[in-house]
Amino acid sequence: MKRIITMTVNNRPGVLNRITGLFTKRHYNIESITVGHTETEGVSRMTFVVNVEDERIAEQITKQLNKQIDVLKVTDITDQAIVARELALIKVAVSPAMRNEVYTLIEPFRASIVDVSRESLVVQVTGESDKVEALIDLLRPYGIKEIARTGTTAFTRGSQKSAAANKTAFII
Amino acid sequence: MTTKMKVEEKRLQKTKISGASMLVEALKAEKVEVIFGYPGGAVLPIYDKLYDSGVFHVLTRHEQGAIHAAEGYARISGKPGVVIATSGPGATNIVTGLTDALIDSIPLVVFTGQVATHVIGSDAFQEADVVGITMPITKHNYQVRDINELPRIIKEAFHIATTGRPGPVLIDIPKDITTLEAEFDYEQEVKLPGYQPTIRPNHLQIRKLVEAVSQAKKPVILAGAGVLHANAADELKQYAEQQNIPVVHTLLGLGGFPADHPLFLGMAGMHGTYTANMALYECDLLINIGARFDDRVTGNLKYFAPKATVAHIDIDPAEIGKNVPTQIPVVGDAKEALKELIHQEGKPGDTAAWHEQLRKWKQEYPLMYKNDANTIKPQKLIELIYELTGGEAIVTTDVGQHQMWTAQYYKFTKPHRWVTSGGLGTMGFGLPAAIGAQLAEPKATVVSIVGDAGFQMTLQELSVIHELNLPIKIVIVNNQSLGMVRQWQEIFYEKRYSHSLIPNQPDFVKLAEAYKIKGFRAKNEEEAVRVLKEAFSTNEPVLLDFHVTADENVYPMVAPGKGLHEMVGVKL
Repeated sequence: MKRIITMTVNNRPGVLNRITGLFTKRHYNIESITVGHTETEGVSRMTFVVNVEDERIAEQITKQLNKQIDVLKVTDITDQAIVARELALIKVAVSPAMRNEVYTLIEPFRASIVDVSRESLVVQVTGESDKVEALIDLLRPYGIKEIARTGTTAFTRGSQKSAAANKTAFII
Repeated sequence: MTTKMKVEEKRLQKTKISGASMLVEALKAEKVEVIFGYPGGAVLPIYDKLYDSGVFHVLTRHEQGAIHAAEGYARISGKPGVVIATSGPGATNIVTGLTDALIDSIPLVVFTGQVATHVIGSDAFQEADVVGITMPITKHNYQVRDINELPRIIKEAFHIATTGRPGPVLIDIPKDITTLEAEFDYEQEVKLPGYQPTIRPNHLQIRKLVEAVSQAKKPVILAGAGVLHANAADELKQYAEQQNIPVVHTLLGLGGFPADHPLFLGMAGMHGTYTANMALYECDLLINIGARFDDRVTGNLKYFAPKATVAHIDIDPAEIGKNVPTQIPVVGDAKEALKELIHQEGKPGDTAAWHEQLRKWKQEYPLMYKNDANTIKPQKLIELIYELTGGEAIVTTDVGQHQMWTAQYYKFTKPHRWVTSGGLGTMGFGLPAAIGAQLAEPKATVVSIVGDAGFQMTLQELSVIHELNLPIKIVIVNNQSLGMVRQWQEIFYEKRYSHSLIPNQPDFVKLAEAYKIKGFRAKNEEEAVRVLKEAFSTNEPVLLDFHVTADENVYPMVAPGKGLHEMVGVKL
């Protein structure tokens, strides 16, 4: 099962190394990582998508991450109301004759063309990973030359459906 | 802090001092009694400051010796062990000790030298990525990049090493940082928002546990080293007696509960007693206090405490539910939790039949071996040491057969007498650990029980024992083999003794003499008694080489992959 884990960390040298090292040491598989600054100076946010066998391992991951001194807060937000976004750049082999067809195709995805050349164009799409996947599938028959994906970044929505739906990872 | 010291600190704050001086001043402020180390290029400025600092420094003969000695010191004194090693090979030589300390929760503060900041990353002489190498084997580590940060980092290191679940913290200091100068402010508060260990247990969870105890017909306590780290031996005894709950120990927990107490069932696990293991298998309520459900304790998890409600008290929330599903999680310090449980004065359940069952098992399946006075049975040797020391000695070991026999036959009745490498199983641990233990308690009798193979991994530390005239009694359980490896090969590999027999061991008595330490040899029980008596009657270090029965095996035994109830070798 896929879990989305967000955390805030001290922006210190080697922090990313600590976190990825922990995943290696404990045999957890990372699907994607995003890292960036937050509104607070010296604090970064990381968002992980991990693939785990069961809830027990998901809980272990958050607990092990929490043990890191430079980790300020860890939340498994998979079961909460969240905003999750990923950006992808897709270079598609498209001849000038086919351009219009691709424009129409990507329109419902609210994707945009950010680069055009004689033999190819670059599509930029943002959204949840499923949407990105769907667009990639649609573009595949034209011939995809390159893909660059950022991985998911996410946080919880301002209002949650109900508090009971939230899973508490810790019982302290 | 005395006024004089405060004045001194104020003075230091105003004047700028070097990084090396800061380190020395910080050690004094932390009231560090002894440090273990080995100099080298990158730490020369630090060693220059140590020269006339008044800080007691023990020069071990290998960095591994230094860090194991620091572990022994920490385990016995309850204070952090402090180590200094130089960059590169000095630092890589302490990797084993750091890993050992992390898995056994030993508080250490380790300083490593590093090449100067401007050459880091250029593969300079004696450069190694020590922060990278030690990241997964320390509780936390630092590289100092700015001299102004050094006081804060040292203060945080001592705080992190000694609070919560203890562990090793490493500070890597580039050589230029040790000579740069800055103001030294060591009175600042430690601010670590990402590190707030839970000490006081949750009241609701405690109530749940009290309720579970009152319902339980077959309760048992599994007590680990967490009880010792929390200094909670008295509380454990009081609680077990109040609720009339039997106690089993992990290897590292030994001494947390008196071995001669009627409620004590022995050590659990791979070489645990029949009663302890069967109690874990049959219980309906398992109360784990400060143990991490290591695989050597649980055996095959499928058969571990299959009928029990599991309660787990641990200061490290990540240990709860890691290996064994837990119904009553209690995050907190063992002492605080036990105090709270005692205070609750819950009503114990009806456990008469359970105690009767346990009594029968104890009677029918005690630890046993067949003695032969013409030789030295290793079990007998440990019993002799136990008798001669009145069970009061501090005992250190390596890993393997001699360690298991010691755990089985030396009946620890007091806490903080037992220093062994549990989680990592480090050969060569016992001898240097004894040095640290003896320095922590100069008046105590310290016995280092080691195997003939493990002894040779760190025997160079005999120099230190002689130099400081530490009256350690070194007991070599000499079976001319890597005993536990040999045992497994006998049982699981059709007696194909691949590289485990060493019939040509050196003359350990002569070796001791070369190090100016008295040495004795014994080959039968009578000789063993005589040399032991002589050794324990002197206040000098003595090395004793006991030629024990070479093919003796450790029993009972739970084979790997088996459940605790599937022990073999419970009867002669």
